[in-house]
Amino acid sequence: MDSLNSLIDGFGTALTPMNLLWAAIGVLLGTAIGVLPGIGPAMAVALLLPVTYGLDPTGAFIMFAGIYYGAMFGGSTTSILLNTPGESAAVVAAIEGNPMAKGGRGAQALAAAAIGHFAGGMIGTILLVVLAPTVASLAIGIGAPDYFAIMVLAFIAVTSVLGASRIRGIASLLIGLTVGLVGLDQMTGQQRLTFGSLHLADGVDVVIVAVGLFAIGEALWVAAHLRRSTGKPIPVGRPWLGRADLKRTWKPWLRGPVIGFPFGAIPAGGAEIPTFLSYVTEKRLSKHRDQFGKGAIEGVAGPEAAASASAAGTLVSMLTLGLPTTAVAAVMLAAFQQYGIQPGPLLFEREPELVWGLIASLFVGMVLLLALNLPLAPVWAKLLRIPRPYLYAGILFFAAVGAYAVGGESLDLVILLIIGLIGFGMRRYGLPVLPAVIGVILGPAAEQQLRRALQISDGSVSGLVNTPFSITVYAIVALIVAWPLIGRLIVRLRGGRKTAEGSRTVGGG
Amino acid sequence: MTTEPTGPTGPIGPTGPKETPGSAAQPGSDAAQQGNAPLGWLREHSELGVCVLLFGLGVLVLTDAFTMSVDIAQRGPVGPRTVPFVIGGLFLLISVLLAGDVLRGGRGEAEGGEDVDLDEPADWRTVLLLTGVFLGAAVLIGPLGFPIAGALLFWGSAYALGSRHHGRDPLIAAGISLATYFVFDNLLGVPLPGGPLMGVL
Repeated sequence: MDSLNSLIDGFGTALTPMNLLWAAIGVLLGTAIGVLPGIGPAMAVALLLPVTYGLDPTGAFIMFAGIYYGAMFGGSTTSILLNTPGESAAVVAAIEGNPMAKGGRGAQALAAAAIGHFAGGMIGTILLVVLAPTVASLAIGIGAPDYFAIMVLAFIAVTSVLGASRIRGIASLLIGLTVGLVGLDQMTGQQRLTFGSLHLADGVDVVIVAVGLFAIGEALWVAAHLRRSTGKPIPVGRPWLGRADLKRTWKPWLRGPVIGFPFGAIPAGGAEIPTFLSYVTEKRLSKHRDQFGKGAIEGVAGPEAAASASAAGTLVSMLTLGLPTTAVAAVMLAAFQQYGIQPGPLLFEREPELVWGLIASLFVGMVLLLALNLPLAPVWAKLLRIPRPYLYAGILFFAAVGAYAVGGESLDLVILLIIGLIGFGMRRYGLPVLPAVIGVILGPAAEQQLRRALQISDGSVSGLVNTPFSITVYAIVALIVAWPLIGRLIVRLRGGRKTAEGSRTVGGG
Repeated sequence: MTTEPTGPTGPIGPTGPKETPGSAAQPGSDAAQQGNAPLGWLREHSELGVCVLLFGLGVLVLTDAFTMSVDIAQRGPVGPRTVPFVIGGLFLLISVLLAGDVLRGGRGEAEGGEDVDLDEPADWRTVLLLTGVFLGAAVLIGPLGFPIAGALLFWGSAYALGSRHHGRDPLIAAGISLATYFVFDNLLGVPLPGGPLMGVL
């Protein structure tokens, strides 16, 4: 019952007027960002990183978490009304949600999505309350080799699980790691990749990298390919659900989180896979299977609940292990670094006010979001009318503000632009952006843990694998690395003509 | 693992983000380019430029590591050069592997998005204009201060992106820039240079 007491203390923190205000700003911004095209929660948190210079950590993280949850809520609105998912997590919502809207049942689709997010977020956050302290206490004794193993897992997972091509994922990771090398070596003070520049000796600030890759890169990429005609959202009334719909949706609302939460917690799990799995599950279990593809409400309710629950799962790994499993978590980890706070098992001991205030604010934010989204969905949909030039000019503008606020130097803006152009090139040639960001954020820390571990073991490589925890993690890493081979083997054992096709699919995965 | 083999992606259409089909070859476009001159071949395989860049980065990182003076007291068995050596080596390896993939017909899938129309050729003029506007703002922020430089950045970017409301655009730009200045400078305590304009007010 320790965590319950801590949670009550957390509500004491979250319900102070200032923190309530940050939660409200967070969910409002998050919903807007979720609705707006071209700007995702990771970019939004990256653009807001400069507030960490002026805001106390608790307020900042309450706002960031509000943005994360809010974006999940808002993303489904565009999926349903416009058939263009605002976030990658909302792709599945479009499959059933948009046909529903076209068939005049947009209000029901929006309600099923909003309540699904509420249910998923609530269940996910309750699981977070129950599980996070346990995970933290299990992990409390972990040392340098374990931390290094976790970071290796993050690197491997982000390059192997996401995206279509491993080679391109690793290339992106290497770019990130290289940017992380720039500056003075933390242990010896040796200059690396500074080319004698005093400015580069400080290293490239992670805010500039995140904003450059996420915001500038994205804005330039969209600018090069701006769609001249935008779709028209389907007009819709106030969301509501009838009794028949409720009967069909309550089970998917409860099933979705069970699928979403674990995927959020594992590296590179994110929300895309569980929303899709939830969709397939609902399709299989539904009594109205014939309606799937034409607007089955279960196909909106389940995946949306899974999406929100995965956000809570993400926070478990981030807070207890310092392991970012999604882009948003990666940027939030960067924010922790800005404050000099190390997320990990000790976080719950050292910063109880921050952690439990943050968790309690998730509950508060969820209620605010439901109150905002259920009656106001048609209003949010109007945001889609923002002229695209203003939207992308605004992104560039706020990116410049963020980079300039880091140190008040024009040179940072030039570095920002260069990193943005790298981000542009990466989008052009299919190099995923997330591995690079993870590389910049975790690279220096990973190097430090590696050297610390080898220092303890006096240079013997066995010092990296001398704990049960690290051995387990490396086993998982080995499994991920070997997965395409295993898959190919399975296909070959099955024989048949499909071998070539199967191995290509698996090899690309 | 990707989800696309069974993904019901049909209804979303080409606008769905993160639609990343495997890096398999696209037979149609390849065949079309076959008869063309080497220039067409190069354009079709422009991704090899990425390999060259990655290779160059690897050489850069390795050179930097080799030229480090390590006579500074090294703490522990792993010095500041070890990790750069590993990264540099991996860069060389990956650039070769990527080149192999490209030559075998692999293709980096350009990223989609809601406002992204990949059917049209890239609009380089807009990108160049935006880059210029951004650099201009970087230069002007010192002498003119944030409110003016920021407004010019917004206005210029909106213009480059195709907005032609000559009355409305600068007003919105000025409003956003001033509001941001006050929020950051006064409310959040993040100092931004006011410039001559704030000296007058």
